[in-house]
Amino acid sequence: MKTSQKWAEFAITWLIRISGYSAVIFVILIFIYLLREGLPSLEKVSLSNLTSERWYPIEDYFGILPLLSGTLIVTVGATLFAVPFGIGTAIYISEIAPRGVREILKPLIEVLAGIPSVVLGFLGMLILSPFLRTSFNLSTGLTAFTGSLLLGGIAIPTIVSVAEDALNAVPRSYRDAALAIGATEWQTIWRVTLPAARSGVLTAIMLGIGRAIGETMAVMMVTGNAPVMLHGLSSLFSPVRTMTATIAAEMGEVANGSVHYQTLFLIGIILFLISLFVNVIASMVVFRKPKRSERILS
Amino acid sequence: MISLSGCASARAETQQTETQVAIENKGSDTMVNLALAWAEQYQKEHPEANISVTGGGSGTGIAALINGTVDIANASRKIKPEEQTEAEANGTNPVEFVVAKDAIAIIVNPENPINQLTLQQVSDIYSGKNNNWKELGGEDRPIVRLSRETNSGTHVYFLEQVIRLGQKDNKTLFSPDTLLLPSSEGIGAEIRQNPNAIGYDGLGYVTPDMKVIAIAKDASGPYILPSATTVNNGTYPIARDLYMYTDGQPSGYIKDYLDWIMSPEAQAIVTEQGFVPIN
Repeated sequence: MKTSQKWAEFAITWLIRISGYSAVIFVILIFIYLLREGLPSLEKVSLSNLTSERWYPIEDYFGILPLLSGTLIVTVGATLFAVPFGIGTAIYISEIAPRGVREILKPLIEVLAGIPSVVLGFLGMLILSPFLRTSFNLSTGLTAFTGSLLLGGIAIPTIVSVAEDALNAVPRSYRDAALAIGATEWQTIWRVTLPAARSGVLTAIMLGIGRAIGETMAVMMVTGNAPVMLHGLSSLFSPVRTMTATIAAEMGEVANGSVHYQTLFLIGIILFLISLFVNVIASMVVFRKPKRSERILS
Repeated sequence: MISLSGCASARAETQQTETQVAIENKGSDTMVNLALAWAEQYQKEHPEANISVTGGGSGTGIAALINGTVDIANASRKIKPEEQTEAEANGTNPVEFVVAKDAIAIIVNPENPINQLTLQQVSDIYSGKNNNWKELGGEDRPIVRLSRETNSGTHVYFLEQVIRLGQKDNKTLFSPDTLLLPSSEGIGAEIRQNPNAIGYDGLGYVTPDMKVIAIAKDASGPYILPSATTVNNGTYPIARDLYMYTDGQPSGYIKDYLDWIMSPEAQAIVTEQGFVPIN
């Protein structure tokens, strides 16, 4: 009896340990594969070509900078739009909304998160882009801004859902104490509840940005995919081509092992490094040692 | 236990499943509707045939033929020399058939007052020399250039025959701010709602809510609208052949299918699909 229990304990611990390690192993394997397929591109394509402003692979122009700037502008735009809206919605649902409203809103947001991005892309192409073109008097509605709005919309449900859970997990007594010493409702939210839920809210933002960087289909349908370099703020209202859209549009046709193929993998490596960077920054913020005052509070 | 007649019918059934033939057909997105219409009609007349048609682009189709995963590859361009080399290295021998013709229509929004352009003018628009419709006698509006993605056979054809005017040593490129749209539907949607836009696509994808531009080889020449007549008599300048490739000279049921495609009946379907039949 006792030995079999011990054995079960041993087996389960190891199973859990293996599943924990496997995630790390898979990430390492994927990264090695990316490096193996993508790095030869650095030898075959000159650095001045890779850092040029022209991406036209069928004539051997492999300038990655316009794609990088395209991803950057669309992602930053989406974040600027989605974070305030997402956190605001989460605060409303968790802190302000009456019980009945909350019980309708929460599942609705979760349904919104389940809509396939292709469907949203289609709506963006047929409704959002003509609307933006006429209301801002643009030459075309297929712009970085359209992509940002759409991506923000896709990221918001993720942010709301995770941030709301984090806010909800803050003990009732914190709010009661704040209100008891005379804080207003807004002061309680801004100075007590939100800081206490900080790590969960940051995770929500990071997950949202992660969705925005990685999203492909919807972006490909509304940003116009013109590989134009970022030139100031006006670029927000002109067409751009993101790295993900480039890989998705071109990988299907490219000859296996060609320079174009390897350069697409190089773009994959850059994307991988960007999301790694975002995640490392996020965990540094989440896992940093709490200050003394914060330790006492919690 | 089993009656004689039941036995006979069972045998007839097995015989039928034995003669069931499957043809895998893949490639050019331009040709996918045409290939589907052919397959449907052929299967109606030959219930034993089972033809599956998929798109993906000319390059995808030829790659699949080289890898031996399809019987017939559809292509809106000729096989490239490097693909030919790859095929030989892989032990395949692509054989070419011209199965229909396609005209590339230059399309704009119906609100655009421009009716006709020369090939040189279209080239100047797409290379970025002209950026306002005013320069071509139109309204004071910016030009928004639309193109298919670089993996599309139509894109390569347009680059070589229109932007570079068919000159081998001409290295003109698409203007970098050309919008590259992943589908014909994307181009159609933008043309319909944006009066600044100019696009190009196969004649089969043009709908009545777009305006087709008449094209001339040079400023003196007649401006011609694309149609079956103008493509076949060679007066419309932007037209091309559509191909099917098989591995080696086709035989058996694949040959039967290709022979049928050349028949007047199948070529009538070409017209219905907005393409131009071969003579």
